[in-house]
Amino acid sequence: MTSVANIPAVSSVPAAAAQILETVKTPAPRGAEILVRGLIKNGVETVFGLPGGAVLHIYDEIWRFRDEISHYLVRHEQGAVHAAEGYARATGKVGVALVTSGPGATNAVTGIATAYMDSIPLVVITGQVPSTMIGTDAFQEVDTFGVTLPIVKHSYLVKDVRDLEAIIDEAFQIAKSGKPGPVVIDVPKDITAMLCDNPRKLHAEYLFESKEETIDETALNLVVEKLINARQPIFYVGGGIVTADAANELMRVVETLQIPVTPTLMGLGGFPTAHDLCLGMLGMHGTYASNMAVSESDLLVAVGVRFDDRVTGKLATFASNAEIVHIYIDPSNIGKVKKAHVSLIADAKTALGKIAEKLAAADQTEISDGVKNRESWWLKVNDWRNSAPFACEYSQTEIKPQHLIEELYRVTNGDAIIVTDVGQHQMWAAQFYPFKRSRQWLTSGGLGTMGFGLPAAMGAQLACPDSQVVAVVGDGGFQMTNQEIITAIQYKIPLKVIIMNNGYLGMVRQWQEMFYDRAYSEVDLSISPDFVKLAEAYGAQGLRAEKPEDLKRVLEEGLNFKGVTIFDIVVSKEENVFPIIPAGQDTRNMILK
Amino acid sequence: MMNDEKALSSSFIVLSSSLKIMQHTISILVANEPGELSRIVGLFSARGFNIETICVGKTLEPAWSRCTIVTEGDDRTIEQIIKQCGRLARVREVRAVTKSPHIEREMALIDVSVSAGRERQEIMNLVQIFRAKVVDISHEKMILELSGDWRKVDTFIEMLKPFQINEVTRTGCVAINRLSPFETAEAETQTANAAA
Ligand SMILES: Cc1ncc(C[n+]2csc(CCOP(=O)(O)OP(=O)(O)O)c2C)c(N)n1
Repeated sequence: MTSVANIPAVSSVPAAAAQILETVKTPAPRGAEILVRGLIKNGVETVFGLPGGAVLHIYDEIWRFRDEISHYLVRHEQGAVHAAEGYARATGKVGVALVTSGPGATNAVTGIATAYMDSIPLVVITGQVPSTMIGTDAFQEVDTFGVTLPIVKHSYLVKDVRDLEAIIDEAFQIAKSGKPGPVVIDVPKDITAMLCDNPRKLHAEYLFESKEETIDETALNLVVEKLINARQPIFYVGGGIVTADAANELMRVVETLQIPVTPTLMGLGGFPTAHDLCLGMLGMHGTYASNMAVSESDLLVAVGVRFDDRVTGKLATFASNAEIVHIYIDPSNIGKVKKAHVSLIADAKTALGKIAEKLAAADQTEISDGVKNRESWWLKVNDWRNSAPFACEYSQTEIKPQHLIEELYRVTNGDAIIVTDVGQHQMWAAQFYPFKRSRQWLTSGGLGTMGFGLPAAMGAQLACPDSQVVAVVGDGGFQMTNQEIITAIQYKIPLKVIIMNNGYLGMVRQWQEMFYDRAYSEVDLSISPDFVKLAEAYGAQGLRAEKPEDLKRVLEEGLNFKGVTIFDIVVSKEENVFPIIPAGQDTRNMILK
Repeated sequence: MMNDEKALSSSFIVLSSSLKIMQHTISILVANEPGELSRIVGLFSARGFNIETICVGKTLEPAWSRCTIVTEGDDRTIEQIIKQCGRLARVREVRAVTKSPHIEREMALIDVSVSAGRERQEIMNLVQIFRAKVVDISHEKMILELSGDWRKVDTFIEMLKPFQINEVTRTGCVAINRLSPFETAEAETQTANAAA
C-alpha cells in the first residue's frame, strides 16, 4: 500500500503506476479527499466558497461528500469569508471558507483581516498553483502565504500530502484555542491530486496539550481584596467576555459587589444593557456616564479588552486616577497600550469564575461594608446617567435613525441577532438596541469593514435558523457586498437587511461636518439604485418606508415575510451620532450635542 | 504602595519599565519550516522594531532551529517583542538572553590591504592582541578572521581602520546563558504557546 503514496492521481498517472492502482482494492485517498474528510472530522457542516482551477479536485470531493457537508456558493470571495465570520461569531464555532488561488485568495484578504482584528476563529482554505510551478508567476499565482502573513493567527503552505491531515486538525485547534483567530491553509493543486495512505504527524503535539490554568494565587487574592474595598471601581469589559462565554461569571461578581459595568463595542451583549449595573457602551460614541465613570474611577477592572484607541481617546488621560487590573488571555496584550498594576493572564471565564469563588468564601460583612462604601460613588454615577442619557430623536415628517433602531427593538422584542455594517448606523444600533445576551451583536469592530454586514448576517442566519437575524447597514456599505442577496435567495436563507438610507457615506459626512468646516468631499450617495427594485430583481421582497407612520408597518411586514427582505428605510439625511469624543482627545472632551 | 506587588511573578506583572534604550539579545526556538522565519521578521517590522543582527541554525532536534536576534529598545519594547514572538504557533520558547549572565559570540571576516614589511607586522601585532587569525594572504592583502562578543569585533575593526579595509562581513550574534550556579538571576523564559 505504501508504495502508492506519492503517485499523482487522475491526469498524469503513468501507465505502470496505473496498473499498480488497479491491483489495489481500495486505492489510497487523494489529497482533496483527505482535506474534505478532515473538515468533516473537525465537525464542519457548512462551508462558504467559490471554485476555480486550483481547487477543482477539492470541489470534486465537495460534490462527492455533499450529503455530509453543505457548501454555499457565494458570488464574491469576500462574501464567503464574511459569511464564515458571521457563522463563527454567532456560534463560537470555527467558520470555514474555501477559495481558489490568485484572485480568489486576494478577494478573501479583507475578510481574513476582519476576522484577525476581532479574534474570530476561521479556517480559510486557498487553492494554489501546483508545487512545481510555485515561484514561476504561473497563471493565477499569488504568494498567499506571504500576502496573508501579518493578518493570520497561523498559516500553512502544504508541501507534502502526508502532512495534510495533521495540518487540518492543527488548523482547527489553533483557530479556536486561546485567543482565537483566522488560519489560512494554502494547498497547491498537485497536492490535492496525490494519493496518500501514510499520513504523518507534525511535531507540534504541544499545541494540543491541555494547559491547566494557573492563575497566581497571590495576584488573585490581591484583585479580590481591591475589588471588595475599592471606593470608585468600574468594570470595563470587551469581546473577551463573549469569546470565553463568561457572562454568568461576570454577572455573579458584579452583582455581589454592586460595581458598575461598561461594555465596549465588542463586548455588547456580554452584559445585559438594560441591567441596573450597566452604564452602557464606553468609548468614542459611548454614554456620558460610562466615559465619566472611567475617568473618575479609582479601580478599573479591564476584562477581555485591549485598550483600543476608540475607547481610550487620549491615552495619557484615560482612567488616569485608577489602578488598573487587566485580565486577558494573551500576555502580549498586557501592558501593550496601557500599564496594568495587576494582571491575570487567563480567559475571562476562568478568571471571573475564580474571583466569584473567592468572593463566596470571603467575609460577607466585609463585602457588604464595601458595597455601602460605594453608595456615594453610585450617587455620582447616577447623576451622570441622568444628566445625559442617549437621546432618541423623533420627528413628524422624517424617520430619525435612532427611532428606526428603537422600533426595530420593539418589533423584534429585543431578541434578534443584530449584524451591522460600519458607519453611523452601526453606532446607532449599538446605542439604541439594548442587548440581552452574548453573540446577539455581531459587528466589525477592529477593522471596521464596510460590506461586512450583509454576508455576515447570512452566515449567522444559517448558523442560527431558529433566531431572527437582522442586518442593519448603510446605503454605502450595502453596495459593497449586495451581490450576496442572490446567495440567500438560492439557499432560501431568510435574510433581512435594513438599509438605513441617508443618501451619504454618513459617518464620513459627519466628520466633515464637524471637523472639516462642512466641506462634503465625495460623500454624496444621492445617486443610488432604487433599492426596492434591486431587491425585486434578485427575487427578494423590497419594502420602503419614508414616513415615521409607515415605519412599524413596514418592519412588521418584512420581518414576518418568510423569504429575503430588503428594507429601504429613508432616514433624515444629516443626522449626527452623539455623544462623540473627537479622535485622540481626552474622554472628558466629549461633545454631547 | 506597589512594592509588595513587585515580588509576585508569572501571571502577575508589574512593569518596572526603564525607558533606557539598550541592546538586547533574544533567543527563539522556532520550527525549522519555511515561512516561520519570515513570520518572526514580519512581526518586528510590523511594529517598527529594528533587527540589528539575526542568526539562525539547527538545534539537536532537526525539526527545531534556534534564532538569535539582537535588537534595541527600552524594557517595554523588549517585553513586547518577547511576548509577540511567544504568540506564534511555531515558536516554542523565547528568552531574553541578556537578562542574565551569558556568553555572546560573533565572527567577522575582514579583507584588508597591507603592504609587505612594517605594515604587515603591525597588523600581525593586532592579530595577536585580539587572538584573531589570518585565513588568506596575498602580496597586497590579507583576510582576517575574528570571533568574540560584538564589542570586541567592533574594536578590532576600529583598530584596523588606519589600514585600508576593503570588506567586512559579520555573522551576527549567537548567545547562550552561562552555567554558573552562583548567579541568582534567572533567565526570563516564556514557554510560548499561544494556542494552548
Ligand atoms: C471598506 C471600507 N471603506 C471605507 C471605509 C471608511 N468609512 C467608514 S464609515 C464610512 C461611511 C459609511 O457609509 P454608509 O455605509 O452609508 O453608512 P452610514 O455611515 O451612512 O450609516 C466610510 C466610507 C470603511 N470603514 N470601510
